[in-house]
Order: sequence, then C-alpha cells, then structure tokens
Amino acid sequence: MTMSALARDGVRTADSSARRPLRITLRRFARRVAFWFAVAVIVSPAILVFLWMLSLSLKNELANLTYPPVFIPDPPTFANYIQVFSQNAMGLYFRNSLVVSGCATLLALVVGIPAGYGIARLQASRTLVLILIARMTPALSFLIPLFTVFQFLGLNNTLTALVITHLVITVPIVVYVMAGYFETLPRELEEAALIDGGSIISTLRYVALPLARPGIVVATILAFIFSWNNFVFGAVLAGRATRTLPAAVYNVLTFEQLAWGPLAAAAIVVTLPVLLLTIFIQKEIVAGLTHGGVKGA
Amino acid sequence: MTTSAVTTALTVPRAVFLRRRRRSYRLLTVPALIVVAGVIVFPWLFTLYMSAFDWKIGEAARFVGLANYTGLATNQRFIEAIVHTFYFTLLAVVFPLLLGTAAALIFHREFRGRGFLRAIFTLPMMATPVAVALVWTMMFHPQQGVLNYLLSLVGLPPSLWVYSPTWVIPSLVIVEVWHWTPLVMLIVLGGLAALPTEPYESARLDGASEWQLLRYITLPLIMPFIVVAAVIRTIDAVKAFDTIYVISSGGPGTASETINLYLYLQAFAFYNIGNASAVVVVFFAIIVALALLLLHVRQRARWSA
Repeated sequence: MTMSALARDGVRTADSSARRPLRITLRRFARRVAFWFAVAVIVSPAILVFLWMLSLSLKNELANLTYPPVFIPDPPTFANYIQVFSQNAMGLYFRNSLVVSGCATLLALVVGIPAGYGIARLQASRTLVLILIARMTPALSFLIPLFTVFQFLGLNNTLTALVITHLVITVPIVVYVMAGYFETLPRELEEAALIDGGSIISTLRYVALPLARPGIVVATILAFIFSWNNFVFGAVLAGRATRTLPAAVYNVLTFEQLAWGPLAAAAIVVTLPVLLLTIFIQKEIVAGLTHGGVKGA
Repeated sequence: MTTSAVTTALTVPRAVFLRRRRRSYRLLTVPALIVVAGVIVFPWLFTLYMSAFDWKIGEAARFVGLANYTGLATNQRFIEAIVHTFYFTLLAVVFPLLLGTAAALIFHREFRGRGFLRAIFTLPMMATPVAVALVWTMMFHPQQGVLNYLLSLVGLPPSLWVYSPTWVIPSLVIVEVWHWTPLVMLIVLGGLAALPTEPYESARLDGASEWQLLRYITLPLIMPFIVVAAVIRTIDAVKAFDTIYVISSGGPGTASETINLYLYLQAFAFYNIGNASAVVVVFFAIIVALALLLLHVRQRARWSA
C-alpha cells in the first residue's frame, strides 16, 4: 500500500543515506511524486465537480450539449445567469431562504445556548441522547405530523411554518455544539463569579458567554448552513411565493426549463453563499464538526 | 434562578446549595426542551398514534389497529425498499471510510499548501445537496454527460449510470461518497492529532517498517474514531434523501427506491398518512438500533481515546 511508503522517512533510510546518496535521493524523489499523486487523486474530484458546475453555467446551450464536451467556456457568457434571474423570482427565493434560515438559527441560539450551558454544567449526557436521536431521525418523519398540523392551522405555504420546521435542524446543532464547547471552558472563573454572589444567569451572561464566542460562531454557521441546504421541508411545506432556494431550484427550474446552462447557474447561486461561508471560517468549522463528530454527533 | 450564591453558600448546607444550583441549570434547558417537545417529541408520538389509522388527508380516519404494519410485512415494494436501503448504506459506508482514512493519513502530514488543499477537500460536505445533485444528474447523462467521456478517455465502454437498474445504486453511491468522505476524513484526522508519539519512537528503535507502524500502531489507535465515523456514516446513509430524490427519484422503475423515498411517496404523493406513519415507525426502529450501537461504540471510543 502506498500509505506506508508515504508515512515518514524512517530511521533506517537516514542511516543508509550516508553510504548511497544517489539512490536515496532518487527514492526520496519517487516518494515525493507518489505522495503528490495521492494528494491529487484525493483532492481533484472535490474541486473538479465544482469547476464543471461553473463551466456549465458559463457556456451557451450549444457548447453544453456537444460531444466531446467543451471544458473551458470560450468565450464565457453570463447569459445563463441573466436568464435565471430574469425569468424566475430568484430574489424572492433568496430572501425566503435568508429569512427562514436566519430566523431558525436565531431562535435556536436563543433557546440553545442556555440549554447547552445547562447541560454542560449538569453533565446531563442523557438529555443529549434525546438530541442525538433527533439527529438520527429522518427529516421526513417530522415532516408528516408537522405538515398535518400546519394543514389544520392553515399555516401551510407560510414562512412561519418553514421557520418552525427548520428548528428541527438548528436546535440540535446549537445545543450540541454549545454543550460541547462549554464543557471545554474552565469552571474556575464561573465558580468565582457564583461565590461573589452572581446568579447563574448573570454568570452565563458575563463570564461564560464572552469566553464561548468561538463556539457560538461555529454553532451559528453550522446551523445556518444545514438549514440553508435543507431541501425537503421547503419542497413539501412551501407554496409558490414561499419557496426556499433549494426547493425553488428543483421545483421551478427542472420542470419549467430543462436547459443545462441555466440549471447550473441556479445551482451555483444556491450553493455559493454556503461555500464562501465555509472557506472564510474553515478552521472553526472543522473544529466544530470534528468535536461534535467524535463526541458522537 | 435569581438565587444569590453568596447568601446560600453561607447559610445553607452545601448539599442544598448544590441542589438549588442544579435546579437553576436545569431551568436554563427548559426553553430548548419546550421547542424539542413541540417539533421533535410531538411528531414522534403523533406518528405512532396515526400509524394505527387508515387515514388519507381530506378523508375520515378509520382505526385499523396493526393492519398498516401487517400490510407492510407483506408489501413486496416496501421490502425491496429495505433491501435497496441496506445495499446503498453498505456501499455508502465502506467507501467513504476507506477513502476518508487514506485522506486523513495524507492530511496528517506536513506539506506545503496543506490548509488550502484540505479546505478544498472539505467543500463537498458543505455544498447544498440539491445543487450538487443537479450537476451530477448532468454528469451522469449517457449521451452528453462528462462521465462517459472520461470513461472513453481511459478506454472503458460507456455506462448508463442512473438510467440502468443495475448501476443506479452504485452511481448514487458515487455522489454520496463524493459528498461525505470529507466528514470521515475530519473525524479520523481528529484521532490522528491525538496520537501519542512514544510508541512510534520505541517501535522505530526496534526497527519497525513504516508499514508495520501503520498497521500495528496507527490503525489500532485510531480505530475508535473510524468506528464512530462508521456509525455516523451509517445513520446518514440510511437517511439519504435529497440526492436520490433529485437524481433518480427512486427509478428507473423502483430500482433505487429506498425506505425514505417510499415514505415520501406514501406521505406526499398519495397523502396516505396512516401507512406512511407505520413506515416511519419501522424506519425509526431500524434507526434506534443504530443509535444504541452508536452509544455503545461511543462509550468504547471514549475509553480508548
């Protein structure tokens, strides 16, 4: 397996390098090539799919349907983007997505931060199990009862119904990330504040919260991204005017215009905000996800 | 909640003081619990209740006891959906684990551009599934799709991809692997970062080869993390919906219809709420089994990590 060769230059190699410098240099060179080849193999699918998406969105329909495929748009055209925006209410869908994910994330922070704090200080891992099972339950199983209730209340096709449903996604993420983060904070400062007569609320507000700001950033962004990416809630609950972006891209575009270029352009519009967020706070997201992951998210 | 700690600490016994404090902490979790009760626990109970009824939206509900469940037990289509789900899940767990672990071993090394390349590698995980699924649909297209062109470049015959009943699930797995290998990589990378250095030093002194180091030290030490990644992956793969729905909608025919797809059809195409609720309960039972496995494994991971 190549991995062993890649692992690290061992002691024995270093010993013999004094005797046979040329062969060792060659071997090292070969290892380097093998290593970078492995890096390329692992990384390229990730980037190529996005590049292909971009390429499709910047070509006219003729170039998109020729065989063999045209890889680099020549000349690139923004016609697909113009078409997507002029023929559809993309602005409205974008705003819907922003409102739904924004509100659902905000509400989740309001209830989730104190809960995460309480759970961390109570060391109540059993409460977390509930959250854990919630994460494991398929979204559709929440959707059927909520759909029925919203139908009864006349809330279907409203943004309110969507915000409520998106809490299914955002609340567990916030509680989980925050509980994990508060657990890592030292308790001495809080103890001191409590001994000095602070209430639990004021201790949370003035001592724990400022320290937990990185955790809050991660929780906010993860909750927002997963809410933004959700498709099925919008597809079922939203009406014509309340569709979120992913639901709109699927429902409106695939059925009403089958051309590849505009579809790819719309796909980019949907996912670009998320990708940008991911790139800007790469390190924090990785920390938040792996923490949550290893702790059993 | 407004209990002043200093007065209590001085005037009441420590046990009472601690109990009061625990109560305050518990109060902090109440708003979240109310939300969870409303949007998570209530749906569970409602589903369980409705699964005993024959009910279509807009019609009167009729109590049928366990008839929905016995109906499912003999429902060929549902049983096939379970088989498809397990087949999809098996592939969508094994491949991300192998590739993700390999990627973690690579990204654990120091090299130029590591942070940047890792950022790119993790992008698929955050991308909007529907958007990505649309692009994959175009890539899978048998005539104009780029994947068949790439196959022809290396001399392989073209494939029908998601238009072939045989290849549709493996093709969907490719998308799933592309999407979620980064999560496995991140979890395993977390494990690698926590490795002690002493075993390596002594093993090197004993003349162990790099392969032996990997096989007998690294892999056993990161195994708990790989197992946790395996369970998380299993749960996510069982639940997979967006990409399957967008790319194949369970087709051709019902060749890629998983439990989740079947459920969606029952609930939101036929509005057959009673039957769909029974499907959810069965589905949920499968997932609880996985949850117990996860908790068991998590305990072990904590011990050894």
